[in-house]
Amino acid sequence: MTGAWRTVIGLETHVQLGTHTKLFCGCANEFGAPPNANTCELCTGQPGSLPLLNERALRLAVRAALALDADVAARSTFDRKNYFYCDLPKGFQTTQYVAPYASGGGVALDDGSFVRLTRIHMEEDAGKAIHDRGDTTLVDLNRAGVPLIEIVTEPDLSNAEQAFEYLTKLKEVLVYAGVSDCDMEKGSLRCDVNVSVHREDEPLGTRVEIKNLNSFRNVRAAIEHEVERQTRALDDGTAIVQETRLFDVDANATRTMRVKEDEDDYRYFPEPDLPPALVTDEVLRVERAAIPELPTARRARYANELGLSEYDAGVLTAERATSDFFDAALRAADPGAAKLLANWTTNELLAATADPDVPGAALDELRVSPADLAALVALVERGEIHSAAARTVLRETLRSGRAPDDVVRELGLAQASDPAEIEAWCTAAIDADPRATEQVRAGNGKAIGALIGAVMKRSQGRANPEVVRSVLTRMLEVDA
Amino acid sequence: MVPLALGSDTGGSVRQPAALCGVSGFKPTYGRISRHGLVAFGSSLDQVAPLARSVRDLATLTRALAGPDGRDATALDTTLGRTGDGDALDGLRVGVPREFFPDALDADVRAVVEHALDDLRARGAQLVDVTLPLVPAALSTYYVLAASEASSNLARFDGVRYGVRVAGDGSLASMMARTRTHGFGAEVKRRILLGTYALSSGYHDAWYGRAQAVRAALTANFARLFADTVDVLAGPTSPTPAFPLGERADPVAMYASDVLTVPASLAQLPALSVPCGFVERDARRLPVGMQLIGAHGADALVLDAGAAFQGATTHHRDAPCTKESAR
Ligand SMILES: [Zn+2]
Repeated sequence: MTGAWRTVIGLETHVQLGTHTKLFCGCANEFGAPPNANTCELCTGQPGSLPLLNERALRLAVRAALALDADVAARSTFDRKNYFYCDLPKGFQTTQYVAPYASGGGVALDDGSFVRLTRIHMEEDAGKAIHDRGDTTLVDLNRAGVPLIEIVTEPDLSNAEQAFEYLTKLKEVLVYAGVSDCDMEKGSLRCDVNVSVHREDEPLGTRVEIKNLNSFRNVRAAIEHEVERQTRALDDGTAIVQETRLFDVDANATRTMRVKEDEDDYRYFPEPDLPPALVTDEVLRVERAAIPELPTARRARYANELGLSEYDAGVLTAERATSDFFDAALRAADPGAAKLLANWTTNELLAATADPDVPGAALDELRVSPADLAALVALVERGEIHSAAARTVLRETLRSGRAPDDVVRELGLAQASDPAEIEAWCTAAIDADPRATEQVRAGNGKAIGALIGAVMKRSQGRANPEVVRSVLTRMLEVDA
Repeated sequence: MVPLALGSDTGGSVRQPAALCGVSGFKPTYGRISRHGLVAFGSSLDQVAPLARSVRDLATLTRALAGPDGRDATALDTTLGRTGDGDALDGLRVGVPREFFPDALDADVRAVVEHALDDLRARGAQLVDVTLPLVPAALSTYYVLAASEASSNLARFDGVRYGVRVAGDGSLASMMARTRTHGFGAEVKRRILLGTYALSSGYHDAWYGRAQAVRAALTANFARLFADTVDVLAGPTSPTPAFPLGERADPVAMYASDVLTVPASLAQLPALSVPCGFVERDARRLPVGMQLIGAHGADALVLDAGAAFQGATTHHRDAPCTKESAR
């Protein structure tokens, strides 16, 4: 009996840096521009053009490395990777092969394992070849020269789920650090997977690379299918061929793209047009300072210090803007208000960003500031307004931007506890709903909820529901 | 026809013709003049290089062209410095590397250059015998590195975006292959193939890697001499005078004429060729050039030494192709 099958996975992730301009020229780094609008002599490979390293790209690359706990080299160099393709204007890609700018570091997974990084290097993106226009291939060079970092892991992952989690966490860190939007649909994050399978007590198996993975879900699915394919082949006594495979979403399987013998010989050599990239201690200091508290740390703080649920902590940190808004509101609020603030942030405010009638499509665009939210929650906590009224206040603040205290005063929304006023609303509610009234009188205690709701509605949320209940009970008993 | 001209010097393409035609040519320190706008051949070797009738004119043109450039990351951030020291030869330590006088050197050229060295001494220079043991390896080193870089630099001429395009059989690869087969001449193809070979996996370390190592060692050779022993180095620019058109059909024989110019290219040093006399060939007077090489960045000193030499001699006025010589 031989050992069980073991899967070994390594990932290579390309991330576009969120710079204004390309890596070696001044063209805009912008998604969705008309074809070839963002091009110049350099990124179209005109003779006589020379590259200049974008300082901002180097800084963002450094920040990414620091956020991933990698070691940044004080001096790194560029190399040329030579191959011919229509989307590669110079006939070579400028990359870092021999001396990448960062190495080490990694990503901690929830199961306690740690995915180590082999290296991170800078390189330029290629253009795009568009093949689906009849007989001709069209070339769009807007993407040519866009700055990338390639993050290469050690073969530390052992299943598809871990790969999914690694990518999710990697993306979180890079988005939080402001390095990239990591939007796979726009191609600003792309991932290649290396998978091999071997028996527990035997040497590593033959490695297969999978490309064309356009979502984290597809990465997971591709790995699952590839592991199954390799395991089945090995069980049947078939050797695995070292090759590059594509993930076919429709077929839900991988298929051969090219075998190793057909791979280009890239003829790397040092890029003579670029001096080494130098990173000073000052740059390290500034970029380290630019890294905010990362999502894993925030979730731990929310759970441990604020007592929020794992779910709420997850929702709050899913986007940095949400978490930043919540933290800002927290600073302006009473420490005990954390749970209420979390509820209001995750329920009301996130819903408001999706509401087309509310101005602002993101938290930081809303007319409600974190301090407004803190003030609103304080009003609820002190019992000055009921939560239904608070929603009315919030709607008004979202609309007009006026401070919650002012809205409460202007709209007269302070909670009404005066029995005479409440009695009037109750009488109206009873008159309007004889059926519910009858049921309550007949002893159906639950039916009173409908009447309380009607009163709350009539009072625009101002009525204190406890007082309403006692008034209704009294009125209906008196009448009985 | 013109008082000033520009060329590009990768392994001697300005200094050689200057020597063979009896004019002055100067390849500045690598990075002295921006390469922006220059079609790249061997990027780590290419320098824009001026030609003129006198070194004073070269200095004027170099000064106009030199200086930091925001569009070439390899351009030096220093300025040319002062030139015009008429007494530059006085006490100047001129190293004469024995490797610059190989057996293959034309005997008449050797005699003319030795005479020029005597002139330098007569003007106050101090001649020092030195050795640069790696100079004999420079030629093959240069051809491996220049061809490697050229194979990459010329890849962009693929018919996709500009220039010649020859239709293929429908595939991108065949269009590119036919375009490049048609568009490049035999010598360029030879160098692209050589460079591609030298960079290929399995051969990379033996060829490109070794050439890089020799280049680094040669550069260190030069640096040590300039640090300890000499101010400039002198020798012939070309091992022979001008040869008849079409005589050197064999590319290796052709490459051999670069043997004395490529060392300064590899080490990225400033190197000047000045006319220093004539040899008789088939009843014709053919010009001979002397090469002066300076330390990295010492362009001004090299130009001053050359100008002082021309101040004391008349060879540069004697050139056969100038109007002055016809007088
Ligand atoms: Zn551009």
